[in-house]
Amino acid sequence: MTSLALTRDRIARVRPGPALAALLIAAFLLLFLVVPVVQVIFVAFQDKTTGAFTLVNFADFFQNALFMRSFGNSFYVSAMSVVVASLLALPLAYLTTRFEFRGSVLIQSLGIIPLIMPPFIGAVAMQLLFGRNGSVNLLLRDHFGFSIPFMEGLNGVIFVQSIHYFPFILINLSASLKNIDRAMEESAQNLGCHGFRLFRRIVFPLAMPGYVAGASLVFIKVFDDLGTPLLLNVNDMLAPQAYLRISSIGIADPMGYVISVVLIACSLLALWVSALAMRGKDYATVQRGGGGLAKRRLKPLELVAAYGIVLLILVLVLAPHVGLGLLSFATIWSFSPLPDAFTLKHYHTVFSESGQYITNTLLYASLAALLDVVIGTAIAYLVLRTKLPGRQWLDYIAMAALAVPGVVLGIGYLRSFYGVPMPFTGQPLSNFWLILVFALAIRRLPYALRACTAALQQVSSSLEEAAENLGATKLRTVGRIVVPLMSGGILAGFVTSFATAAVELSATIMLVHSQSDAPLAYGLYVYMQSAAGRGPGAALGIFAVIIVGLGTYLSHVVIERGRRDRSQDH
Amino acid sequence: MNHQFSPAALAAQIESVGVDIEGVNLSYGSNHVLKDVNLAIKPGEFFAFLGPSGCGKTTLLRLIAGFNTAQRGEVRIGGRDISTLPPHRRDVGMVFQSYALWPHMTVRRNVAFGLEERRVPRAEIERRVDAALELVGLKHLADRRPSQLSGGQQQRVALARTIVIEPKILLLDEPLSNLDAKLRVQMRQELLSLQRKLGLTTIFVTHDQEEANTICDRIAVMEDGRVQQVGTPQDLYDHPANLFVAGFLGTANVLDGTVRDDEAGGRAFVGNGFTPVALPAAEAGTGAGGKLMFRPQNLAIRADGQPPAPGKARLTGTVRHREFLGASIRYAVDVGGQLVQVDVPHQAGDALLPPDAPIILDLAADKARFLRQ
Repeated sequence: MTSLALTRDRIARVRPGPALAALLIAAFLLLFLVVPVVQVIFVAFQDKTTGAFTLVNFADFFQNALFMRSFGNSFYVSAMSVVVASLLALPLAYLTTRFEFRGSVLIQSLGIIPLIMPPFIGAVAMQLLFGRNGSVNLLLRDHFGFSIPFMEGLNGVIFVQSIHYFPFILINLSASLKNIDRAMEESAQNLGCHGFRLFRRIVFPLAMPGYVAGASLVFIKVFDDLGTPLLLNVNDMLAPQAYLRISSIGIADPMGYVISVVLIACSLLALWVSALAMRGKDYATVQRGGGGLAKRRLKPLELVAAYGIVLLILVLVLAPHVGLGLLSFATIWSFSPLPDAFTLKHYHTVFSESGQYITNTLLYASLAALLDVVIGTAIAYLVLRTKLPGRQWLDYIAMAALAVPGVVLGIGYLRSFYGVPMPFTGQPLSNFWLILVFALAIRRLPYALRACTAALQQVSSSLEEAAENLGATKLRTVGRIVVPLMSGGILAGFVTSFATAAVELSATIMLVHSQSDAPLAYGLYVYMQSAAGRGPGAALGIFAVIIVGLGTYLSHVVIERGRRDRSQDH
Repeated sequence: MNHQFSPAALAAQIESVGVDIEGVNLSYGSNHVLKDVNLAIKPGEFFAFLGPSGCGKTTLLRLIAGFNTAQRGEVRIGGRDISTLPPHRRDVGMVFQSYALWPHMTVRRNVAFGLEERRVPRAEIERRVDAALELVGLKHLADRRPSQLSGGQQQRVALARTIVIEPKILLLDEPLSNLDAKLRVQMRQELLSLQRKLGLTTIFVTHDQEEANTICDRIAVMEDGRVQQVGTPQDLYDHPANLFVAGFLGTANVLDGTVRDDEAGGRAFVGNGFTPVALPAAEAGTGAGGKLMFRPQNLAIRADGQPPAPGKARLTGTVRHREFLGASIRYAVDVGGQLVQVDVPHQAGDALLPPDAPIILDLAADKARFLRQ
């Protein structure tokens, strides 16, 4: 009786279809995420010649003045970027959630515009606007006789990064402020608490998890970023050092791996701190009827100040876009506030010489995004709807990609696949363009997976059971009910993955080995290396902005439509 | 086969089958959700699983539909064991509590789904869908999306979607719980008349005893994973097998006490605050401890202080509080330290007893039941 029951149980639990899908995904994650990363960690602890276990590489790292300075710089830049980004985000978040403010629409777009342009693309344009001899400082020197070192050394990285990443804090913080039920505030008032005390004891603690989530994300992103310091020619930071070691000394040099391990450790640390801050604080405080803090109208003087702040930040946020646009049309732009004359020839250069960058990018990014949503949907379904043993691990491993900086993944791919010859051609596997697609897919998978999981959570499982009850098999149910109902979320995940993969540089730069296989981000980096290439580089940058901007807009439309459809249902 | 597609013909094609549940045990880890459930549901019966939330009634329904698997026992429909069939091959129509209408399909597509999955020819699908929608009175809304319908209409679509596949049995999971009070009463009659028209064996899950009482032929009262009692609504109310059933269906008064021999040679129930209550000999042996259960309407106030008539027992107590219900007044009376509820018919102008007033009540002994637990 027991054995019969057991088999019946087991038949109900493990079906061949899901098991096969799970195995395929596990193999993919193992091959293109786990193996490369483990390889990197392994090499970091290996003696260069004998291959024995050693800590000597780490000792070398901590005794090397350049590396220690780079470590300090990376930490300083990331921390300062969080501070500056917070300074930009806090007043905006406070304005939208606390006051009746017409400019809220403006603030919402402020939250999107910076994300449309990857920071390294705008970096050169920012140099021309805010650099020592940039437009702003030229004007300041001419009229007031002083200049501000916006872009000097590390300042430049902090400036560019915080303008790019402050929306992460803005979005998270506004969301958690908006989610505070008015009744929370009112009941505190009812019990005799008001003013700053009310803010400190109720509003601030409730909004804290959102802030920490945004801030730690900014920290990790800045810490791991390779493109911005490279383009600003700041090399004494960790990610650029890792890249330079591998690209100039070679893939046998252990230092690149040691730096990679340090990068991973710091990412994990930041994620852990944020998880710690969030733990047990998932305050879903909006109860029925209520929503958002009490809002009040601004007094006239406050209104002027509010618009002043918003416009100032808007100018800062638009600066890279404007600068890039000017640069792409400029004949010569040097030691002058504005370019000398305008031309279309850079666009012509890009089209005639570098069309492959754009077509490669479209191909790679769409393949990577497709892979992401297919794997994302499959993992979401396996985790939420099957009882497959170990299914959670697919989710964990895919999400672990969050803690792996692009440089590290690139180094890992080089190490793991360089020695593997391709069939027929005999070229190293790491040179094959599809490997680049896999790297992009792995990098974007966590975001796509969360989008797909959220979409599937919206689909009530009774909708599936109803289909089975009426005679549809599991597979037919997935095809006719689950995927159509998830389509909005899947599409949004696709577009987001596509747009961000299109401008990924850190992993790409390690893996591209020929101009003909290179995507846009790499081409841009190559152009920006020379003064003559800045014009065409900027023109290419404009294409990147258009691709990402369109993608972001489309995913926004899709998500909004989905939300409208859902709200009609209830 | 010469199919006719009018609603009446739809009914004629459904052949009523019984459902047998034997020795079903189901647990999730250490949580034993269904314990030795045995039920025999007759062909064409309108049957209810009734019980509080967490009693296992929905788990049992989902077991019949194939959405969970028992560790032991089997479910037979029309004599055939279906325990190992996957949900999509069971032919048991289920109406979900949330209706589970697919928001991306029109009403017509929703209803056609099951027939499409059965590879029914297109023209026949059209006719049968029309017939099913006509049966629930929604033919004019066939091209709407579910989100454009009211709750009651959505419920009818869910019903049409289920019966169009001509299932062997119909399962209804709290189908009325999402409707407002007025619609609930109306839908319950519609469900009943539809079920009678189709002759379809139907199982109805609910926690609302009034719902179960008004439309079901028989009820299985469930608690803590076990079937406590099976019977018609009247059976269950008049002859509850235990205290749980007594308390779940209607208001039950319960007095503690023991069984003694009385002077007349019979048995009597004695306790604090009341005269011995004569019990039918079959109910219990001398010395047994237990409870006496009776309904509030089995008591009557004696204002004159005359000794109790034969066949009556006397309760003396104090009014604790009262509820004015309009047609009657419900007093909660302290009898020897235990609260007893009594319903007193009310006429305009009658004076109410104040709290703490002494009160004398007569109990019709033949209406009371001795329960061991």
